[in-house]
Amino acid sequence: MDFTLSDEQRLLQDSVRRFIDNEYGFERRRTYAANSEGFSRENWRKLAELGLLGLPFSEAEGGSGGSPVDMMLVMEQFGRGLLLEPYLASVILAGGVLAGAADEARHRTLLTPLIEGRLLLAFAHGEPQSRYTLANVETTARRTAHGFMISGRKAVVLHGDTADKLIVSARTSGGPTDARGISLFVVDKNAAGLTVRGSQTIDGLRSAELTLADVDIGPDACLGALDGAFPTIESTIDAATAAICAEAVGAMGMLMETTLDYLKTRQQFGGPIGRNQALQHRMVDMQIAFEQAKSMALLAAMMASNPDHAARRRAVSAAKVQIDRSGRFIGQQAIQLHGGIAMTDEYKAGHYFKRLTMIGATFGDADHHLGRFSAPDTADAEAA
Amino acid sequence: MDINYTPEEESFRSEVRNFIRESLKEETRRKVEAGLRLEKSDYVDWQKALFRRGWFAPSWPKEHGGAALTPVQQWILEDETARGHAPRTIPFGVNMVGPVIIAFGSDAQKKRFLPRILSSDDWWCQGFSEPGAGSDLASLKARAVLDGDHFIVNGQKTWTTLAQYADMIFCLVRTDPAAKKQEGISFLLIDMKSPGITVRPIYTMDGEAEINEVFFDDVRVPAGNLVGQINKGWDYAKFLLGHERTGIAGVGTSKQLLRRLKQIAGAERIDGRPLIEEARFRDKLAAIEIELMALEVTNLRFLTAERNGKSPGVEASLLKIKGTEIQQAITELALEAIGPYALPFERNALQDGWNGEPIGPDYAAPIAAHYFNWRKVSIFGGSNEIQKNIIAKMMLGL
Repeated sequence: MDFTLSDEQRLLQDSVRRFIDNEYGFERRRTYAANSEGFSRENWRKLAELGLLGLPFSEAEGGSGGSPVDMMLVMEQFGRGLLLEPYLASVILAGGVLAGAADEARHRTLLTPLIEGRLLLAFAHGEPQSRYTLANVETTARRTAHGFMISGRKAVVLHGDTADKLIVSARTSGGPTDARGISLFVVDKNAAGLTVRGSQTIDGLRSAELTLADVDIGPDACLGALDGAFPTIESTIDAATAAICAEAVGAMGMLMETTLDYLKTRQQFGGPIGRNQALQHRMVDMQIAFEQAKSMALLAAMMASNPDHAARRRAVSAAKVQIDRSGRFIGQQAIQLHGGIAMTDEYKAGHYFKRLTMIGATFGDADHHLGRFSAPDTADAEAA
Repeated sequence: MDINYTPEEESFRSEVRNFIRESLKEETRRKVEAGLRLEKSDYVDWQKALFRRGWFAPSWPKEHGGAALTPVQQWILEDETARGHAPRTIPFGVNMVGPVIIAFGSDAQKKRFLPRILSSDDWWCQGFSEPGAGSDLASLKARAVLDGDHFIVNGQKTWTTLAQYADMIFCLVRTDPAAKKQEGISFLLIDMKSPGITVRPIYTMDGEAEINEVFFDDVRVPAGNLVGQINKGWDYAKFLLGHERTGIAGVGTSKQLLRRLKQIAGAERIDGRPLIEEARFRDKLAAIEIELMALEVTNLRFLTAERNGKSPGVEASLLKIKGTEIQQAITELALEAIGPYALPFERNALQDGWNGEPIGPDYAAPIAAHYFNWRKVSIFGGSNEIQKNIIAKMMLGL
């Protein structure tokens, strides 16, 4: 058992922390958010220069072979700064399924430009009716004489409005909730029949609703094995879930700091409000929730690439439940302990609270993951 | 003991229902039901309708134009207006400053202000909190200095709800800086059109501008606008804050929000099955509903105790704490109910008459914003921590 970081990991952590400290002051973030794309292309270039866009990919794929723990370190810093750039959407999600599909030609045409910061991707998987069920795919891809024709709708596609290319899941066989029969396709943003409706998310990021009306694609647009994409989708979403757990820990840490500072400095009744025992105990409860969250984000990261899939699922779901509970408690109490000031858009606490809340609604909420954790196929596998 | 409403109370209930059906504008009803943004006219038109029916000031005595309804009738009125998707009554005039003027105001103040509160011709706002005086309200610094027959007011108020619509503001101001902090405060009525008043909107985390900062720069206020005695304002403020007992728990609103949540949970599907049939979700919904049932009976118990002449004690604080906890729990579960559609935020969809295509189900648009906005209810009007201090002080006496 060893919870210490290696020298390389410490260097990685420091360099991302410096990036956040330098580029992600709260007021600067506001200027990025005001861009029409909702983020800064300049920052994206800097992330490429730092090597972060290639971090999770193997050297064979053109990346630097970072581990899930490395990703955790990065995402935690991104959570501290409330990163707006499409790292989760483009690198972790779209890059994840792309790497998982193990198609060398694609690595050259898509992964390489992604890693170099020249191409933005998004992963279009969720649908209006699918909620959090990964196998619930009703969008269809039918074989045509010259390839496939995709029809259906995709919902809440993270950063789907700025992606140059979309990786779209579609059903090629089986019933609407069968894991078998789902395939992945690369669709250009300008494809005829594709409508992309972008919008802001309430936590300041971007998402899109996609309508695919008989989108014609060539035979080579299929990514990986026909009908067999589900394991790749599930493992990528698990890795992404572990990543947002780490992001949440970073955001919680910032809320803890801000709240603690406020308790020590805000004067009422002739002293700092933190002199009130009721508030002290609340802050301690928040700290306990924070430590629990940190532990589970760590566990999820260390289990995210475990070859025992049941053990991986169990750890990731457990982490998501803990993160959502801790995030909700810390978020709500951070606002409450501040009072009116934290309700304002000008003050940073509300922005962290909103992101934490939306992490709760991403890749399955606590109820969904409780169900996944206690389902017979995962419950049998002992966590590490 | 009888848990049932009397036949008279039941007939009052149908009277209220009929009245709402006939008097509430459809456009306003639709906005309230869907949780959309309300305009000033939505509130004022509804309040004027209530006024014409004689029910706008349910608790005021008849001599001042009130309805003098029994506490149970007031309860029914609140319950039915919430059920019928009427806008909430803006409390600052009729429920806050009105009772203070009735109890402590001069005859001239009663004559001048009460009729315009009743008719909703004056919109009032509340000038209590300041940047440095939140929970510790008595540490407020806004100064009023008597200069002949006027007070000169300087300072800043904050978190002033809907000040952008207000004709009048009632303020706590410091008139004796040398006195102990609670003893140097006066209660002043100020015309919002007075030169020297600036209103600046505060944007909240849901992107709306419902609250404001109000700045006073050498504002001249006629001495006749002082309520009661000088330096006795703290007593009137305590009267005001402890006065509200019918609506403070928001039981009517919570019941309406819960009905709405059940509709949403009936429409949402998990792999084709209604969300409301999922045990994990249904049990959470039931737990909130049970808390709300308990609070309704508690509130009715307190109301009828008051009717029998018992003093209300710390009951307002208790109702406020439990009532806001339940309201927040409902907004939280509504957020869970809409799943991933909590994320996209189309601000225009909160505006009635917007012609755009909704993102996701049409009921989803305001839900996340409402959850964030509703964190305010455990903060404003005396935070729940302050309410607990009040109850603890009364119980323990230490």
